[in-house]
Amino acid sequence: MSIKRSLLSVPLRISTLAMVLFLMIGAQAFAAHPDVSDSEEAIAAGKTLFNANCKTCHKLDQKYTGPALRGVTERRTIDWAKNFIKNSSALIASGDAQAVAIYKEFNNLAMPSHTFLSDTDLENLLSYIEYGDKGSSDAEASAGEGSEASSGGSGVPSEYLTIIISVMVVVLLLILIVLGLIISVLTKYLNNQNLDEDEKEFINQKFDFGKILKSDAFVIIVTALVIALVAKTAIDGLYSVGIQQGYAPKQPIAFSHQLHAGQYEIECQYCHTGVELGKSANIPSANICMNCHTHIQNVEGKDGISPEIQKIYNAVENNEPIEWVRIHNLPDLAYFNHAQHVAVGGIDCQTCHGQIQEMEVVHQHSSLTMGWCIDCHRQTNINTAGNEYYDKLVQLHSDSKNALKVKDIGGLECAKCHY
Amino acid sequence: MKENNKTYWKGIEQLTNDPEFVKNADKEFPEFASSGSGEEGPSRRDFLKLMGFSLAAASLAACEAPVRKAIPYVNKPVDINPSIPNYYASTFASGGDYASIVVKTREGRPIKVDGNELSSINGKGVSAIVEASVLSLYDKQRLAGPHINGERADWAKLDSEVKSKLASAGAVKIVTNTVISPSTEAALAKFAEAFGGAEIITYDPISNYGITKAAEVSYGAAALPTYQFDKAKVIVSFGADFLGTWISPIEFAKQYAKGRKITKEKPEMSRHYQFESNLSLTGSNADYRTPIKASQSGLAVLALYNAIAKKAGSSTYTAPAVEIANLEKAANELWASRGASLVVSGSNDPNVQVVINAINDLLSNNGVTVDYSKPSYFRKGDDARMNQFVADLNAGRVGGVVFYNCNPAYDFAKGAELAAGIAKAKVSVATNGTMDETASLVQYVAPDHHYLESWNDFNPRKGEYSLSQPTISPLFDTRQAQDSFLTWSGDTTSYYDFLQENWRSSVFGTQSETSNFQEFWDRSLFNGVYSIASESVASSALGDISAAASAIAKAYKADNTGTELVVYTKIGIGNGTFANNPWLQEMSDPISKATWDNYLTVSQKWANDNGLKMFEGATQKAKLTVGDKSVIVPVLVQPGQANGTVGLALGYGRTKAGRVANGVGVNAYELLSLKDGFVNFAVTEGVSVELTSDKYKIAQTQTHQTYMGRDFVVQESILPKYKEDAFAGRYQPKIYKEGEFVKPSKISLWKGHQYSQHHWGLAIDMNSCIGCGACTVACQVENNVAVVGKQEVLNRREMAWIRIDRYYSSDAEVGDNDGLEVAAENPEVVFQPMMCQHCNNAPCETVCPVAATTHSSEGLNQMTYNRCIGTRYCANNCPYKVRRFNWFKYHDNKSFSAVNVAQNDDLGKMVLNPDVTVRARGVIEKCSMCVQRIQSGKLTAKRENRKVQDGEINTACATACPTDAIVFGDMNDPNSKITATLKIQEDTLSATKEVNEERAYHVLEEVNVNPNVWYFTKIRNKDKSEA
Repeated sequence: MSIKRSLLSVPLRISTLAMVLFLMIGAQAFAAHPDVSDSEEAIAAGKTLFNANCKTCHKLDQKYTGPALRGVTERRTIDWAKNFIKNSSALIASGDAQAVAIYKEFNNLAMPSHTFLSDTDLENLLSYIEYGDKGSSDAEASAGEGSEASSGGSGVPSEYLTIIISVMVVVLLLILIVLGLIISVLTKYLNNQNLDEDEKEFINQKFDFGKILKSDAFVIIVTALVIALVAKTAIDGLYSVGIQQGYAPKQPIAFSHQLHAGQYEIECQYCHTGVELGKSANIPSANICMNCHTHIQNVEGKDGISPEIQKIYNAVENNEPIEWVRIHNLPDLAYFNHAQHVAVGGIDCQTCHGQIQEMEVVHQHSSLTMGWCIDCHRQTNINTAGNEYYDKLVQLHSDSKNALKVKDIGGLECAKCHY
Repeated sequence: MKENNKTYWKGIEQLTNDPEFVKNADKEFPEFASSGSGEEGPSRRDFLKLMGFSLAAASLAACEAPVRKAIPYVNKPVDINPSIPNYYASTFASGGDYASIVVKTREGRPIKVDGNELSSINGKGVSAIVEASVLSLYDKQRLAGPHINGERADWAKLDSEVKSKLASAGAVKIVTNTVISPSTEAALAKFAEAFGGAEIITYDPISNYGITKAAEVSYGAAALPTYQFDKAKVIVSFGADFLGTWISPIEFAKQYAKGRKITKEKPEMSRHYQFESNLSLTGSNADYRTPIKASQSGLAVLALYNAIAKKAGSSTYTAPAVEIANLEKAANELWASRGASLVVSGSNDPNVQVVINAINDLLSNNGVTVDYSKPSYFRKGDDARMNQFVADLNAGRVGGVVFYNCNPAYDFAKGAELAAGIAKAKVSVATNGTMDETASLVQYVAPDHHYLESWNDFNPRKGEYSLSQPTISPLFDTRQAQDSFLTWSGDTTSYYDFLQENWRSSVFGTQSETSNFQEFWDRSLFNGVYSIASESVASSALGDISAAASAIAKAYKADNTGTELVVYTKIGIGNGTFANNPWLQEMSDPISKATWDNYLTVSQKWANDNGLKMFEGATQKAKLTVGDKSVIVPVLVQPGQANGTVGLALGYGRTKAGRVANGVGVNAYELLSLKDGFVNFAVTEGVSVELTSDKYKIAQTQTHQTYMGRDFVVQESILPKYKEDAFAGRYQPKIYKEGEFVKPSKISLWKGHQYSQHHWGLAIDMNSCIGCGACTVACQVENNVAVVGKQEVLNRREMAWIRIDRYYSSDAEVGDNDGLEVAAENPEVVFQPMMCQHCNNAPCETVCPVAATTHSSEGLNQMTYNRCIGTRYCANNCPYKVRRFNWFKYHDNKSFSAVNVAQNDDLGKMVLNPDVTVRARGVIEKCSMCVQRIQSGKLTAKRENRKVQDGEINTACATACPTDAIVFGDMNDPNSKITATLKIQEDTLSATKEVNEERAYHVLEEVNVNPNVWYFTKIRNKDKSEA
């Protein structure tokens, strides 16, 4: 579901920065409170939590939307950190001097509350913050480059195919010309021989196109071909009725997923908040845009306010929602639920929506036909790991050689989507 | 095998085997001309032209998809996530009709009302009216803002004029129905004080003033007691329809069902006697029902008193002797169950109620099943004062009058007089939400919010509190009435603050759990209810009842020969307040199965005497005269109607309710009068009925969907037999196969399904089902079921997914006319909820040519609308007749916009369940076992990485049921309630479960369609000799 990172420029830059910081601040900057566990499990668990909840605004070793976090347990008490993470606004409201200072430093931008995190969660999170990803970014980045390079790979490039075909056409034409020449030479030669009238007539006979055109066989073949062509076009046309694959309407704001999701790597869920909760992924409300755009008023470091970003401000000011044009339109008779696919199935956004992080203008990537749904349900394995709901099904399926697929548990049934 | 020899029939037509009926019985989908115009249908040429055009139009239209917008919030409320419902505890109250509820909202729109499990009064149960109330919120006919003399005005102008005029009007009166909200009472008091001690006059359309007055006589305080039907082993009711419409029916139904649930381990149930004139819902559930004349009812009560007093050694009173069947028997059993019995009466005559109190005292029920130490406040009306008010109004003694959400011009016995007098008051104000019969007569209308838009508190019973909170921003420019009262009295506090302040000062101190008011408030609001425990104490009786007894002896007659009119309320329409709700209008009455009408119920004998032959709703109109008033009303032959009496339902004949209810039926309130200051609902003198030659058709669902005369749909027995043999009343068909008789389920053409994960099923206890119909409305709301209107019901095209089949029974043989006459007088009644049975060997699935109805891997019979082409083969092949065909496009169709408001009005559409498709024309639809809820429950479990817990998924019908008659669950789950109820022991994945519960059966077991819906035999608590 998360965006595959383009592992080229940004992480590299950040990791270099991290390295620089590391060298500058020295080891002392990383001194953590002794109570913070440095066990691998805690760090791994913390990383998951960090990526899910914090990454959008925080980096470990660099000031971002929020402060650089590493060393927080040395700068503050563990309890203070936990309280702040859980409900920063409460802490600020209570008048805690340190909290207020941070709030002011970061332009009065409050951190969302995370009251759903348990104490263990918070401890793991702190472990990751203190001990996670130390200097490992380098290796990660180079590995990324490697994998990117190797993905070029096999198969004949299409330009070669064109060249081969052109050459073959030229050769064939040459052969045709040569054959024509041979025929004329032979005719001339035979005419010079002494032959009777019949034979001469045979040799000099003209090719009568008119006769062929009027022949039954020709008429039938041509008619059949025309009918077949028309039918094919019509059927193709009918099949595509209502299918808007590639639909890329102009949106009221020239929002670029390439910029937000691609370049800045903002998690999809940051804006599409409903995607793991329910049916709708949710088009973000203007207040979510404002979380960042309170500060970011223009692109590429330009001065002034970008006219596109101004539209968000207008919407908020006039209390008028932004009327986005809906791209993915399922018919009303089909029920689709994002949470089932994303939260339960663990499907990446890109599986259905394409490489959204590369789209300047979003277009409909998939056909969204029932055939397309069903094909996927036939092929997709169920994400049963760690989900008690599927225990019985997995157990019953254990005799089978094939993996448990969506189709095996009723994924092709009508009333799973139509009711 | 056939154990009982009863014949079951749905209507008189079926019983008499009328040839016309037999012909129609086979046609579930009769062919009628298209609705509306009486013109000739289109010709073939027109059809082809239209077809050609529509094909071209359709393909053109399909080429270019319309641009659709996705409009997010500007500022998303933190609690609202699109597509995820939110639930808020609140309270439904209309006058004294009360239910604590949980409101389901989607994207900020209330779309469904369920009962609040935490409520000690109604629990998770609701009634049809409560279920349907959510549609009233989106009624286009609600007032959009304040009105002055019928013209739209603004609040500032209205406030200043009302304030100044009321101040100078002198003698201000406030008229209201029962107010059970302490804070509203405080606001009203404040208002009254500001205008020179304005008098607050309370009346109730369905008055129980007789009971409160009798309590004053018997125990010194005017109040309704708290009844405990669950603690009573013997229940005797004189015309009190406590399961349907009397005082707090949801609560009573819940209690009643508790005492009626039986198992093999505990084969005990309460015994219920009913003495009444009309066949009520309660009467139809009684073990022994005796039809009595209204003129004898008081004597019957007195006779019961005398019989018990004799046993107790108390003094008896002389009264004209009446011969009433079962009365002696009832007296004996009541005496035997002293301290665990209950006698109630629906009469509004205080003398009768005084005697009822005395009976309960003699039986030591006082403080046990009748508790006056814990008074209920559902009815506070005072008929005498209201009567005085009408007199004052007409005499010009009233300066200013304020009607607080009440409609006495329509629903008070002297409504016409009152309506005429309103103009005589200098100032008249109403807070009614619609321009109804009363509001349209006053100068100022300051419309109140709908209850789903309001803050309020309630104190329905001593020690029981509940709150209501807004679940949507006000749709119109209305203002909460309490805010209006506070504003007019010069108080600028908002009612919300006023309410909180009131709770802080009066309720907060009654608990010790928290010292933080905000915490207490939040918790109470979250729960919706707050209770203070108290002990039941027997109230001590004051004095004797000789005055009451002699009044009864004088007022009632043992030998009245004239016709008597007994006015009653229907469970769907109630007192008529919600008549403009099409869901309620189309809900078929549990007893008569009639929709969209009220009618004069007459006995079979009356019909025979007057030469009336009723056939499939086709009847004649009659002129009903009561004193000097008369109405023309259609007649309905009602088995069980006491001879010499006729019945007529209140709540109809609205003239200004809105386009749904206007002109539906006749207004029976007009026929009522006051007797000694009490509204008299049983008129025993000066009533005459004269049949006219006008033909009329009552839209009954009664003779529809018959079972083709196949027996053993209903299986029933009596308690003594059940005690001997738990299989009593069961029909266990056996089929001969290879030398032995085996169960039908052992023989099948099909291989049978395997359900590896879930196996959903329903278990329906016919002993608990009282036929109230809450489930039918709940289903309609949940599943966007269309309302089709009276004409289409007459065409037998109603769309209900769940219906309650009501069968009358008779001991007589068909053809024995004399015997039939006796049987029709007082039939036994069976209610059987019937919905898609989700057959494992489904006959519908095999005949669909396009596989639009298929079987799921969880046992559901699925219906796919977008695949259906409308052949109706499935419906033809369905033995239960539960499939419904969309003859028309009911949504966005002008022909149905007047009745199907939920699918036609922009506002009405807000009530639709977004998770369920609104069906198009030409497709079949049917019960899906609330598949949308199943899917959503499963998803929740999956998201939380756990198994589905029993109870977290429930169908709309089972949720709404106040008596827990419907149990839904996963039959593959060994820990589920349904598995326990059906006693499924083996752990099998097979669709054919071995059910060990003796009472459980499949309807039409012999055809072995193997349904996933089980029924439990009905057991009546009758003596062996009388069954």
